[in-house]
Amino acid sequence: MASIENGADAWFKIEQGVFKAGGRWTITESARLDRQLRDFDAGSGDITAMDAGAVEKLDSSGAWLLLRTHRALEKAGRRVGALQVPERYASLLENLDRDDKKQGHGHPAPRMSPWHYRLYRIGKAAVEAGRQAWRMLGYLGRVTVETGEMLATPRKNLRFAAMAVQVEETGISALPIVGLLAFLIGIVLAYQGADQLKRFGAEIFTINLLGVGVLREIGGLITAIIVAGRSGSAFTAHLGSMRVNQEIDAMQTMGLNTVDTLVLPRVIGLVISLPLLTFYANIMALIGGAMMCYFDLGITIPVFLRQLNQAVDVGTLMVGLVKAPVFAFVIALVGCYEGFQVERNAASVGLLTTRSVVESVFLVIVLDAAFSVMFSVLGI
Amino acid sequence: MPAEKTQNGSAKKDVIIHVEGLVTGFGKKIIHDHLDLDVYRGEVLGVVGGSGSGKSVLLRTIIGLNAPREGVIEVFGKRAGQAEGSRMRSLEMRWGVLFQEGALFSSQTVAENIQVPLREYTSMSQELMDEIAAMKIALVGLPPDTAQKLPSELSGGMKKRAGLARALALDPELLFLDEPTSGLDPISANQFDELIAELQESLGLTVFMVTHDLDSLAAITDRIAVLVDKKIKTGTIEELRKDTTPWIHEYFSGPRGHAALAGLR
Repeated sequence: MASIENGADAWFKIEQGVFKAGGRWTITESARLDRQLRDFDAGSGDITAMDAGAVEKLDSSGAWLLLRTHRALEKAGRRVGALQVPERYASLLENLDRDDKKQGHGHPAPRMSPWHYRLYRIGKAAVEAGRQAWRMLGYLGRVTVETGEMLATPRKNLRFAAMAVQVEETGISALPIVGLLAFLIGIVLAYQGADQLKRFGAEIFTINLLGVGVLREIGGLITAIIVAGRSGSAFTAHLGSMRVNQEIDAMQTMGLNTVDTLVLPRVIGLVISLPLLTFYANIMALIGGAMMCYFDLGITIPVFLRQLNQAVDVGTLMVGLVKAPVFAFVIALVGCYEGFQVERNAASVGLLTTRSVVESVFLVIVLDAAFSVMFSVLGI
Repeated sequence: MPAEKTQNGSAKKDVIIHVEGLVTGFGKKIIHDHLDLDVYRGEVLGVVGGSGSGKSVLLRTIIGLNAPREGVIEVFGKRAGQAEGSRMRSLEMRWGVLFQEGALFSSQTVAENIQVPLREYTSMSQELMDEIAAMKIALVGLPPDTAQKLPSELSGGMKKRAGLARALALDPELLFLDEPTSGLDPISANQFDELIAELQESLGLTVFMVTHDLDSLAAITDRIAVLVDKKIKTGTIEELRKDTTPWIHEYFSGPRGHAALAGLR
């Protein structure tokens, strides 16, 4: 606490039934005065008047403490009469009393018990999650309709330049990170597979594990999750900042359709780039796996390729790739939707960006599981 | 409401802000060129000037957000502006600043906003802080349920009032206002002027107010400082109306000036 030069301390005392106050009743003294005044029992003693005539300096905090004490005394049934203060502070006290009475004292809402509060929060979160899902479904419908309209008159509504920018930002710029991570995943998968399969003398099947695992599941999933973290968050943050700046309001007043101009280029751009990225990630993971097979198991590249050819076919690749546009659609949809939910304050952008990433990763994994179930039922 | 102010006019004027030979600028552009200004205790000083004349820069320089190139700035008789650490803090406790848009912390409720300086500089109990916040909210004329609202739930005028409540949290002696009535409708602006005048009187504040609003100038200021040609000219409205500097003449004698000042005479 920084200090302020402080002449006489503030004091109060009860003398022959009179509450006397003096000194500097200012904010620097108010913490101490507050404690002492709380200890002081309004109901005790026989107080007949309140005299703060000896107060040298009074600010609004000090005035509030005097006023509060005066009210407590009156409430306790004491006839204390008017609060006496030096002439120059009379208007301050009067204003304070009037403003405060006019509005009634703002008591904070009664606090809930901790258990009640926890229950309340769980219930609130559940209701909110339900509403969120409902709104998202509505948004899905809107984007679908707009996409349909756009496809009906592509020349008029399709914004190729904006879409190309999105393909570059979400696809080409993501190549290094997606490639590196897929390569590492390939190494890890091959290494762990080889370690287990060695026990049966079936090292060669590491390649089957790698091929099927990467092409059907891992490649697509890893890529989608990276892109959700990278581009989904960027969509939300970008659209959110535009909302904070009222850019989106401005667009609407100019008659620009925000779904057409902002959402569709992102959705379509990502739907184009994610399958390509997934294919690229598959190749990188296989290269990583092949390297590991060569160094760890001594399997040469020709042997690796021959085994891979037996293990997988184009169908395996397609099973993985067919999921990518769906993941892309969901990631872009959630990213844009949350961006439009941003309110005009600084905390909101961060909050919704987090939510956007969590939701899109969650949905990607749920959809992946749904695909697995569907494919096994269909016998693919 | 205008004209009669209790504190000034007495024998010796007590200088609260003393600016001497102030030079500020950005890059090659000089904004203030050896500018002098004194603000006296208990007065309301209105600072006016054309767009880009450096009104806000002057305010920011005095409260230490901008570094001056040259010159002396004294507030409460102490060097300010570039005072370091603890010395600056002890000054900051004695003034309150209301920024143009209120500058409320967006993640905190109004009550929490008001309590930020209280928590930082005093050892009050939470109970007292709640009471003080409620009192300040009443003082600036906001309804009590504002306490629990977030700044994003408030209108522009309410944000300014809440910002004023926060600026008043530590019971400052000196209040800086940056365009307090800009963006308000005329009725809210009038009410805000009245509020400032009332608070100034009952809390004995000194007010340094940057404004564009001729009506507020006429209604609540004791003296006016006009920024022209990188310097400052001070005087009462009557004195400045007789001034022949083109900008000042234009300002007070233009159609808006006439309308605002018509009520005075």
